[in-house]
Amino acid sequence: MKILRQFLIILLISLLGEILSWLLPFPVPASVYGLVLMMAALMTGAILIPQVKEAAVILIELMPVMFIPAAVGLMTVWEKLRPMVVPVIVITFVTTLLVMGATGLVTQKVIEKTEKGSEN
Amino acid sequence: MQDFIEQSLFFGPVISLALYEVGLLIKRRYKLAILNPLLITAIVLIAFLAVSGVEYDSYNASAKYISYFLTPATVALAVPLYEQFKLLKDNLAAVLCGILAGVLTSLVSILLLSKLFGLTHEQYVTLLPKSITTAIGMGVSEEMGGITAITVAVICVTGMIGDMTSEWLFKILRIRHPVAKGLALGTASHAMGTAKAMEMGEVEGAMGSLAIVTAGLLTVIGASFFAQFL
Repeated sequence: MKILRQFLIILLISLLGEILSWLLPFPVPASVYGLVLMMAALMTGAILIPQVKEAAVILIELMPVMFIPAAVGLMTVWEKLRPMVVPVIVITFVTTLLVMGATGLVTQKVIEKTEKGSEN
Repeated sequence: MQDFIEQSLFFGPVISLALYEVGLLIKRRYKLAILNPLLITAIVLIAFLAVSGVEYDSYNASAKYISYFLTPATVALAVPLYEQFKLLKDNLAAVLCGILAGVLTSLVSILLLSKLFGLTHEQYVTLLPKSITTAIGMGVSEEMGGITAITVAVICVTGMIGDMTSEWLFKILRIRHPVAKGLALGTASHAMGTAKAMEMGEVEGAMGSLAIVTAGLLTVIGASFFAQFL
């Protein structure tokens, strides 16, 4: 019954996330509150990795298929997509390259700086 | 048939999972980033529903149960994040600066380009979470009033672009450090970028997974602020 308890813990945190999302005025989804709560619980030792590990692995492995219904929902928003198709393609392509370049360059600069610093 | 599909509890999940399985086979066979299993599944399903005349709502009446575990699965992302926490602490400055730079670049460039194209607020917030993991990005789009289905598709395409262009981009910009490569892929292209990072090496892969959740969380905070600019 170990896996049952693991699911119970994860569902309980999800419920707490829902409650926070309902109580607080920020545009933050319940899942993100739950993720932060779980991280806090793990860091403080309130929940230990072995108490959630197997259920977490199963859920993460199954995650990609959980997006199928939402992705198929594209067929219901065709009308909204059509006028923005060109901007969407340009924005998606350009910003992805910019983000990847910025993250990589900044990280590399900081690493070079700190490595030089520790040599001196 | 419409009646049956509407009442069926298993039609939606079975057809979705079966097509995804086919998508995985195709991906494994040809190993091209453009053959993303989620995207293939969605396109084939849309074509099938359109041709057979089955309404999306009838399909979703049972397919929606697949998504029931999405919030718990997102909560579960804390487990790998926690397990990589040592890696975060050892490279704290580089990791935080790099991911923060990426998240800000994402939000600012989407804002500027949306203004340039004259997008509406709804269209703009649909695109804001495009670089982060679908689990978080979909929720952010929904909370801010975006068009969730478009957000999911754009997130998928973003993952594919990162996968296909990273080697070329790293060469041009001379990004050579494995930590920098991993963080760049995870921040720009979430899980799909991280899969690519894992092919490059162990450090790259670990940094990629670390970036997925960290960039996701930073984007939640940043996007709620940036949403008011357009």
